[in-house]
Amino acid sequence: MSKVTMDHAGASDVFNADEPYVNWHDETLWFVRHKRDKSSKMLPEWEELRTTASSIKHYVLSHLDTLLESFEAKAKENGVHVHWASNAAEHNEIVLGLLRKHKIDQMVKSKSMLTEECHMNEFLIKNGIDVIDTDLGERIVQLRNEPPSHIVLPAIHLKKQDIGDLFHEHLGTEAGATDPQYLTEAARQHLRDKFLTRRAALTGVNFAIAETGGFVVSTNEGNADMGAHLADIHIACMGFEKIIPRQEHLGVFLRLLARSATGQPITTYSSHFKKPREGQEMHIVIVDNGRSTQLGREDFRNSLKCIRCGACMNTCPVYRRSGGHSYHNAVAGPIGSILAPNLDMSKNADLPFASTLCGSCSNVCPVKIDIHDQLYKWRQVLVKAGHVPGGKKAGITAMSTVLSQPRFYQWSGRIGRSVMRAVPFMVNNGLNPWYKQREMPEPPKESFRDWYVKNRK
Amino acid sequence: MSAREKILQQIKANKPDATQLPERFTFNSNFSDPQAKFTESLAAVYTEVIVVSGTDELKYKIGEMYDGVVNRATTIPELSDWADFSLNVSDPHELETIEVAILQAEFGVAENGAIWISDKYLPHRVLPFITQNLAFVIPRKSIVDNMHDAYKVLTDTTGWGCFISGPSKTADIEQSLVIGAHGARSLVVFLVDSI
Repeated sequence: MSKVTMDHAGASDVFNADEPYVNWHDETLWFVRHKRDKSSKMLPEWEELRTTASSIKHYVLSHLDTLLESFEAKAKENGVHVHWASNAAEHNEIVLGLLRKHKIDQMVKSKSMLTEECHMNEFLIKNGIDVIDTDLGERIVQLRNEPPSHIVLPAIHLKKQDIGDLFHEHLGTEAGATDPQYLTEAARQHLRDKFLTRRAALTGVNFAIAETGGFVVSTNEGNADMGAHLADIHIACMGFEKIIPRQEHLGVFLRLLARSATGQPITTYSSHFKKPREGQEMHIVIVDNGRSTQLGREDFRNSLKCIRCGACMNTCPVYRRSGGHSYHNAVAGPIGSILAPNLDMSKNADLPFASTLCGSCSNVCPVKIDIHDQLYKWRQVLVKAGHVPGGKKAGITAMSTVLSQPRFYQWSGRIGRSVMRAVPFMVNNGLNPWYKQREMPEPPKESFRDWYVKNRK
Repeated sequence: MSAREKILQQIKANKPDATQLPERFTFNSNFSDPQAKFTESLAAVYTEVIVVSGTDELKYKIGEMYDGVVNRATTIPELSDWADFSLNVSDPHELETIEVAILQAEFGVAENGAIWISDKYLPHRVLPFITQNLAFVIPRKSIVDNMHDAYKVLTDTTGWGCFISGPSKTADIEQSLVIGAHGARSLVVFLVDSI
């Protein structure tokens, strides 16, 4: 696993260097959150749908083994090959093995956060396989040698000028062209050629149905279908928590997914795969990669209910102002910050602190994951396990000393107020993190407590 | 131990106590006019819904709409005179030059404008995606209210099927909506009383 060179706070500082850019990023995501609100309010049963989805997913967590076994049996009956991978390395080897067996060295891929989590592209490229991401946003970040910065909107951190320059360099579009219509058309032509010439296609899985052995893939662009239906071999990769018990349950999840993600009532394409087409091979790779460990963590297992809609990111005041890349994890934002420490506590110890604990993420989550509670609980686990830097720990200890002793607290407040009045530069300087992007307030003449003692009669 | 056994064993050891599935997981939308709602949902994704009484009117409409277009394909026997592109090919890659495909589909969903199409009505799965322009023909009486109702009627046991709601689109460049990402650049839905 690669070492993190900059923690979330450090990377956010860099992201915040350009103020108009951060404002634009913030507003763009807030706009998506707003579309989600409008769309969800059209359904009077919205809250009941969330509760229902959450309890179906809870049933899934408590019956995962039998549901997976039934899914596997049905899929095999349907003529689909099923593979199991304990970790990222096994997953990547299975995919490479299938491609080698068919002597294929070029593959198209539609969106799969799991393959990002497994760093599959890097692995395949090292082994001589040319992987083309076909979702427009993913193709853009792939050409830039970057990971996606958002699970639903992979290139949300980029301006159209960036993409215009990128396409000019790689796809030969006119220099300086930034019209989204024109740039998208160029990508369509470029990728159509890939779809028509690649013999293997890899897709993610949004939902896998235990009852039928089938799986559903949702896209707006149609890239998963273009790839899968033209290829000789279709490989679908899924984290094992993607299971739902019955096909009818899709009614609940498909109503929630797109509305929560972008405010659309449904994605353009909700493709239900069950059997390979004649002459085609279909493979499913079921991946654990830490999920069974998370299942055993009582406080954190609910994170496995996630359907990857991205609503928690769009609403998060920290995500909107720090960008997806600052989370140095395949899944960014609030949900990523409770999934990441499970994968690697020491590498991701900063992420549960990248939150104000305002609770907005939990309020928009379509499967009612208690995201902000889990962030709070991870902090405690991480401090106890010694993964939090000394400075932060010392600060928390000092804070606790002050706050737990009323007299000491009153005294510190008085000292603080007179210092701010007498020598304001002591707090109005770059060493004070509260001074960043803001002026310190005028210190009040007296504390509320002093005022109350005087006035309560 | 195989990865499969290891994973299943870990899950057994770590899973929470068993809970039950919720008894109720469907909701009624009770639209007073499902066809109007369906039309409105599709208008929001740049798709026109056209009501035609039967085959003759359908033929007249498509003759008008796709006048001058070459490489026209259809899965509807009554329209075979109109088509100039045969779907009787063995390799789906050969469909690449199709300009417009008019396809029989099964039913529509009012709440989101989604239309179900499957292997049952398709000689090639890639057809609704690879064609430059797409039209569906569905029975006017087939529209259901919402996705719960959709899965109640979805008894399809074929190998593949898809809900399609509108033309292919993307907003990956600065959230600007662009129609025609990889799949069809346009969609038209014909509601037919009888065919």
